[in-house]
Amino acid sequence: MNFLKKTVDRLEPTFSEGGKLSKLHSVFDGFKTFMFVPNTTSKSGVNIHDAIDSKRLMITVVIALIPALLFGMWNVGYQHFIAIGQDAGFWQQFFFGFLAVLPKLLVSYIVGLGIEFTSAQIKKEEIQEGFLVSGILIPMIVPVDTPLWMLGLATAFSVIFAKEVFGGTGYNIFNVALVTRAFLFFAYPTFMSGDQVWVRTRDAFWWGAGDKLDTISGATPLGQLATSAEATATYHDILGNIIGFKEAFLGMIPGSIGETSTLAILIGGALLVITGVASWKTMLSVFVGGALTALAFNTWGPDTAIAHLPWYEHLVLGGFAFGAVFMATDPVTSARTECGKWIYGFLIGVMAIVVRVLNPGYPEGMMLAILLMNIFGCLIDYFVVQRNINKRLKRISK
Amino acid sequence: METLKVKKGLNIAISGNATQETVSAKQPQTVALVPDDFHGLTPKVAVKEGDAVKVGSVLFFDKKHPELKVTSPISGTVAEVARGERRKLLYVSVTRGNEEAYEQFETSKLTPENLRNVVFGSGFGALIQQRPYGVVANPEVTPNNIFVSAFDTAPLAADYNYVLAGREADVQAGLSALAKLTAGKVFYTVNSETSAALRNMNGVEINEMNGPHPAGNVGTQINALCPINKGETVWTMNIQDVAMMGRFLRTGKADFTKTYALVGPEVKAPKYVSAVVGTRMAELVEGQLDNSKKLRVINGNVLTGKPVCMENGFVTPVVNEISVIAEGDTEDEMFGWIAPRFNMFSNSSLFTAKLAKCLNKNKTFKFDARVLGGLRAFIASNEIERVFPMDIMPEQLIKAMIAKNLDKMEQLGAYEVVPEDFALCEYVCTSKIEIQRIVREALDYMRQELE
Repeated sequence: MNFLKKTVDRLEPTFSEGGKLSKLHSVFDGFKTFMFVPNTTSKSGVNIHDAIDSKRLMITVVIALIPALLFGMWNVGYQHFIAIGQDAGFWQQFFFGFLAVLPKLLVSYIVGLGIEFTSAQIKKEEIQEGFLVSGILIPMIVPVDTPLWMLGLATAFSVIFAKEVFGGTGYNIFNVALVTRAFLFFAYPTFMSGDQVWVRTRDAFWWGAGDKLDTISGATPLGQLATSAEATATYHDILGNIIGFKEAFLGMIPGSIGETSTLAILIGGALLVITGVASWKTMLSVFVGGALTALAFNTWGPDTAIAHLPWYEHLVLGGFAFGAVFMATDPVTSARTECGKWIYGFLIGVMAIVVRVLNPGYPEGMMLAILLMNIFGCLIDYFVVQRNINKRLKRISK
Repeated sequence: METLKVKKGLNIAISGNATQETVSAKQPQTVALVPDDFHGLTPKVAVKEGDAVKVGSVLFFDKKHPELKVTSPISGTVAEVARGERRKLLYVSVTRGNEEAYEQFETSKLTPENLRNVVFGSGFGALIQQRPYGVVANPEVTPNNIFVSAFDTAPLAADYNYVLAGREADVQAGLSALAKLTAGKVFYTVNSETSAALRNMNGVEINEMNGPHPAGNVGTQINALCPINKGETVWTMNIQDVAMMGRFLRTGKADFTKTYALVGPEVKAPKYVSAVVGTRMAELVEGQLDNSKKLRVINGNVLTGKPVCMENGFVTPVVNEISVIAEGDTEDEMFGWIAPRFNMFSNSSLFTAKLAKCLNKNKTFKFDARVLGGLRAFIASNEIERVFPMDIMPEQLIKAMIAKNLDKMEQLGAYEVVPEDFALCEYVCTSKIEIQRIVREALDYMRQELE
């Protein structure tokens, strides 16, 4: 530790104003605060501070995402070996998935953090930790076969135009990871939907290659339901076996990398709720809104397969659970008042199911629902705040 | 009498609470009063260096309201009128003379008008704080109500049951005087631990308020009992200052001796010290501190107090605690973002502190002055709201204050708050935003624009 500290102290002048590498000051500062808690002391106001800081906050979200990420890696391998008709053990499946997902993680972090570091240096600010979370979210919400260059392009677009132009972490209106996904979704729809992208059939780093079986259908359950000619809500795994709630809840189905296992997501969600990092109110109200809307469609909806899908299966399919736990609860883009969070979450749940059932073009509606409500979050807050203001005005007129 | 319960808030588990033992600081040779401690007062010096002064003689007064005076706590000669940049008045110091001489005030059978003149003329009026804006009371305004809290919930706060034991008559005299100065009522708030003697006050409205800090803050009590509307003025006074004023009104002799709690993790044996206001900090804490490390001596409690240097710092009249913590600027803690940090206190559940408090209610933690993070924009939501019990939306109000939006500030309740009310918010803030500074600047701006 002493050695590290000495090294950091020795390098400090090189990176400070006037030093040889002062252009990298933000990066240096980022690494320094990563290693050592800054020992600046309070200059005004309170003399003592709570131990929490934004690094701790963000890293907790990253930890909460890890169960879903690990499960997603395994599931990529699991689906892959089924699709090429080879038997493979657990570790083989996991390792294949790891190799398939790793490049995405790297691209997302390198592109995103590169832009963050650069803009922090230009603004002469500290590097903000927001992208630590966005960077792991982005690979988790795309299909495994989305090309890396598209991912990099979308990440760059999103970090610059959804975050940095607004002022950085804490000022953005839209969830950065979802803007990345929306960019991909509208710019390259063929790589974001259909039945070709959800299951990796080619190799990962020249390993695990094989020929895809002819009987394999790689569509996600929601994709199958959206295009189903019949009005019964049945869906099947990639081999064609009919599956149901249990399989969908555990997540051994094709889908975006991190979103398939509701179980793994709920483990992360529990961590977020226990630590108080994410609002349980938002989470709960998304599920309630979704369940009630799905129930309404079950009862009065049109005679289509997706409308007949039982409400509890709606909640475990597609990105619903992932969005509810990790996206809707983003404190920056969500409603910030407590009362507003109930309304905000509820409407996300409602909108997601409405898009799924009523929009023939998009099998999944969670992304659009959250992005839409990101806009309305401020409006909901406005009314909640106005109520407080009116109460104060009433007091005067009394 | 109403009994109210505060749910939102936080008791910070900091070590170094004072034991019930009072020592007298030795008679200081020099005392000094610092105009900056009386926020909102524009000082005009009334004495020259070398002038003889008595206890209660005017040292400086407010330019805008000359009847608002700050007076000498000891008798002797004016030693120094210290000025800083652009001739800003830093402090006025007085060296003790051989004899104790007191300025004469007529304090019996006063009409409300005369009482007001005596209170402000003797220097006790400068200890009254006014809302809106959180400034020294304006003697020309008759306040709608006056609030006094009989208890303090701030970290390591002085225990008034102990400090004021046996001085109930002084408190009563002070409260009775305040009752004559307001058009409305004096709200006197106690908690479940307030002693029977301190509860037994006449001529005031007594309410009980229980809960974690900031239940003892007058701001919380005002908001719950009788919130301030636009155009109204409320005065608040610390109960020890009320007692000091009561003693003066009973005896006619101004005595500016207070009991300060000398507390904090770096005090060898935390206890109470009785001292004259304006005593040099170095004299007050002499022999009480562990000088092996760099310390921060704070005039007031750790949340709202101002750090002072030992040599040119003087004990402020309006505080009741002297807190001492380590500066901590040479501390190098590794990987704080992931390390368990069992020895750190936090209101969040990202550390083990809450669990440790569940297992051992009396567990305390050492604190130093480190900010423990970098400045960010507001990220976490419902964080400061959890420790802010007033019916005000703190985050929205702070944002309006940052934007200097007067209309929004007014609508969101800026007239009801002073920086102290936001101290806990600033403490828990993940983004390490200097909230009290923002509030102070915004209130000053508001006063300048609207008054």
